[in-house]
Amino acid sequence: MAGSIQDTFFEECEELLEAMDEGLTAIEGGDHDPEVVNAVFRAVHSIKGGAGAFGLDELVAFAHKFETVFDEVRANRLGLDTKLIQLLLRCSDHLSDLVATSRDGGSVDEAHNDVLVSALEEYIDEDEEEVVFQPMGLGGAFEMAPIEVEKERIYNIRFHPLKDMYGTGNEPYFLFQTLADLGTLEVTLDESELPGFDALDTDESYLIWALTLTTTESKSAIESVFEFVEGLCELSIESDMDEEDDANALAALEAAFGTAPEEGGDQVAAPFEPPVSAPEPEAVAAPVAAKAAAPKAEAAKSDQRGPNPTLRVDLERVDRLINAVGELIINHSMLAQQIANLDVADLRDVETELEGFKNLARDIQEGVMSIRAQPVKPLFQRMARIVREASAATGKTAKLITEGEGTEVDKTVIERLSDPLTHILRNAVDHGIEKPEDREAGGKTKSGEIRLSASHRSGSVCIEIKDDGAGVNRPRVKQIAIDKGLIPENADLTDSEIDNLLFLPGFSTAKEISNLSGRGVGMDVVKNAVTALGGRINISSTPGKGSVFTIILPLTLAVMDGMVVSVADQTMVVPITSIVETMRGSDDMVNNLGADGTLLSIRGNFVPVCDVGGALGLSKGDQDQPPGVYLLVETETGQRSALAVDDIHDQRQVVIKSLDGVCGNIPGVAAATILGDGKIAMILDPESILAASPSAAAFDTERRISNAIAS
Amino acid sequence: MQSQAEAKYDDSEIKHAEHSEFVSFTVAGQAFCLKITQIREIRRWSPVTILPHAPADVLGVMNLRGAVIPIYDLSARFGLQQTEASERNVVIVVSVHGKPVGLLAESVSEIISINPDDIQDTPPVDSRNTMDYIQGIISHDETMVRIINLDAVITAPEQVIS
Repeated sequence: MAGSIQDTFFEECEELLEAMDEGLTAIEGGDHDPEVVNAVFRAVHSIKGGAGAFGLDELVAFAHKFETVFDEVRANRLGLDTKLIQLLLRCSDHLSDLVATSRDGGSVDEAHNDVLVSALEEYIDEDEEEVVFQPMGLGGAFEMAPIEVEKERIYNIRFHPLKDMYGTGNEPYFLFQTLADLGTLEVTLDESELPGFDALDTDESYLIWALTLTTTESKSAIESVFEFVEGLCELSIESDMDEEDDANALAALEAAFGTAPEEGGDQVAAPFEPPVSAPEPEAVAAPVAAKAAAPKAEAAKSDQRGPNPTLRVDLERVDRLINAVGELIINHSMLAQQIANLDVADLRDVETELEGFKNLARDIQEGVMSIRAQPVKPLFQRMARIVREASAATGKTAKLITEGEGTEVDKTVIERLSDPLTHILRNAVDHGIEKPEDREAGGKTKSGEIRLSASHRSGSVCIEIKDDGAGVNRPRVKQIAIDKGLIPENADLTDSEIDNLLFLPGFSTAKEISNLSGRGVGMDVVKNAVTALGGRINISSTPGKGSVFTIILPLTLAVMDGMVVSVADQTMVVPITSIVETMRGSDDMVNNLGADGTLLSIRGNFVPVCDVGGALGLSKGDQDQPPGVYLLVETETGQRSALAVDDIHDQRQVVIKSLDGVCGNIPGVAAATILGDGKIAMILDPESILAASPSAAAFDTERRISNAIAS
Repeated sequence: MQSQAEAKYDDSEIKHAEHSEFVSFTVAGQAFCLKITQIREIRRWSPVTILPHAPADVLGVMNLRGAVIPIYDLSARFGLQQTEASERNVVIVVSVHGKPVGLLAESVSEIISINPDDIQDTPPVDSRNTMDYIQGIISHDETMVRIINLDAVITAPEQVIS
């Protein structure tokens, strides 16, 4: 049981780390909005809290330092300069590592930890108490009431956990332990509430602790210990002296919160009431108000910030659901057909109901389909770290800019993209980006720029990694390839062929073995990983300007917008992203060029026509059909062509079903999908249809067509 | 009473160990069979979606509860004439290399119980395909039933389309 709660904590951690990364990236990008700072602070704080509950001391210790520095930033006592931002980024990386080691075991790099901690400590005032005393969750600047912190005070704490507190996996022992760290702690158990054995409800919580803490810490430090059980316990903290100070602090607090009364209810209606007479509500009210204030400020910025609440589901379950919904829709169409066949006079009511059923089923289908696909954003966020680490290791400065983070790709694809991307990005920093002084000499900015973008293209996902570095050193690459015997000495290669030599196994351009590359793991590994995903990778480079790696991946199971067309009596889907324009053709638009060439005239421009049926080796049932419909498509190289199809039916979202492993690779076909009527439709790959010459597709498929149509 | 029942139960167990159940069906007028454990389900023929550039014995793909499965014309696969499309045709869904695959047959006949001793080796004939595809033959109700070597008939997907 404890294990599963801990699992939940780590799952939450992932979301929190993501939020933290996102916030820090925004900060790095120049967004110093207090809300962003707050979001990061909250994330770190929550991780610390959770880690505390599970006794993950290393994690707590580091998160605490991290948090403390952030608190300074939040209170506007610390300016966010580049140096600090870099440190914070490195700390966030380290925090992820600590979370990972806490979860998976393994050892933490102690030296690295110490370096970061001492770097953080430079930012922390020597008098740390002042920092800890910061009230929670505000971010707005307000004047602190002067408070004496040196004096030892005795706090009488009455702590009554509610049953929900145990339900959320909190353990009083850890809380007491944290308290004991603040000073001298005496714990007394008050079991007076405990009913007789007969009346005992085993789910109820009866135990109350009376704690006496002697400490120099302020009251808010004690409150913050209990912060994570706030609302889950009855708590009162009374101090033996300096009530006035407390009252002052409270006044400052509440003046700053402003909104406190509506949240805190009746107790806070009298905000200046001394804590002794109403200690418990105040202890709780302040954090509650703080929490309430935060979402309010955030509401204005709404969705773009902070992680969406997510649910982790086994992929197999989702697949089962997708299949079941597919069946549901097929069943619907079969039912509809049978009802239509019934010899009944009045079917209107049934048909109306059936229509409702259909819409419902479609809604479910759409919802289910969208589960499997996930945006590449988390992956891209992880990549920012790779670039940071690589930059640090090579002494270069490089910045990662990401685009198209919202592009949705199948979850498995995202997971398996991580390694190849990591490798390419490391290479981009190590080999691509020049040293700062060299860049300046070349008239570039000191800091290199790597652009990582994702987009849907021609029914595929296109991931592009573009750096503004030196580009491929072609003479050197060629020489190395010759030296290694990979190509003959007199080989006459085009520029692009030379660039692609990088993907050859055993190729390495690194002059010496660096920390990052040159350890025999070359770009061929990247290529293999991409190929294993059914994709392809390309490099293009301009000397002095940089290189672009393009990874094209099939969508496997991703959701895609497609145009449903018919080709040679078959229903097919063309990815909408590749279609520029659609038009109905007329005879005078078609021009012949030579024996086989056909050009379509579009507003004075001529584009080549490709007969899809012919290219796929399917012939039309009716040869004398009038010219059909043309889909104007644009290829990766920007070349335009017109795909001739018989008709356009519909435009809809389809789930991509991979054909790999079913039928191997079929030229012209990217994947398949299942239409609402249960039939499978091919999803075309315009790029490869255009590449396939019509003559190469001379297959006798008429028999199969007739077979398919029959019965 | 009880011991009798037990004895009976044991009997059937032994029978199971000795006999394997096979499903027999016809392809191009010839009787074939597959071990019942190899068959996942038998479906009525429904129109398939044809695959461009596919060889003649690959009819196309079919939707099996959300999964795309290829359908092979067994007859064409065995080098016999292609199966005429008919409503009586059946698709036998089997699992090869962990993937479901549909096999088109003319009709399914019955389930037969075969003693392993009754399986005869395929007599050598001058056909490479036949020797590869047929694991053995049995005599059943005075007809010859051919046992299909599934792994040989359906090769790994990569090799299907070159």
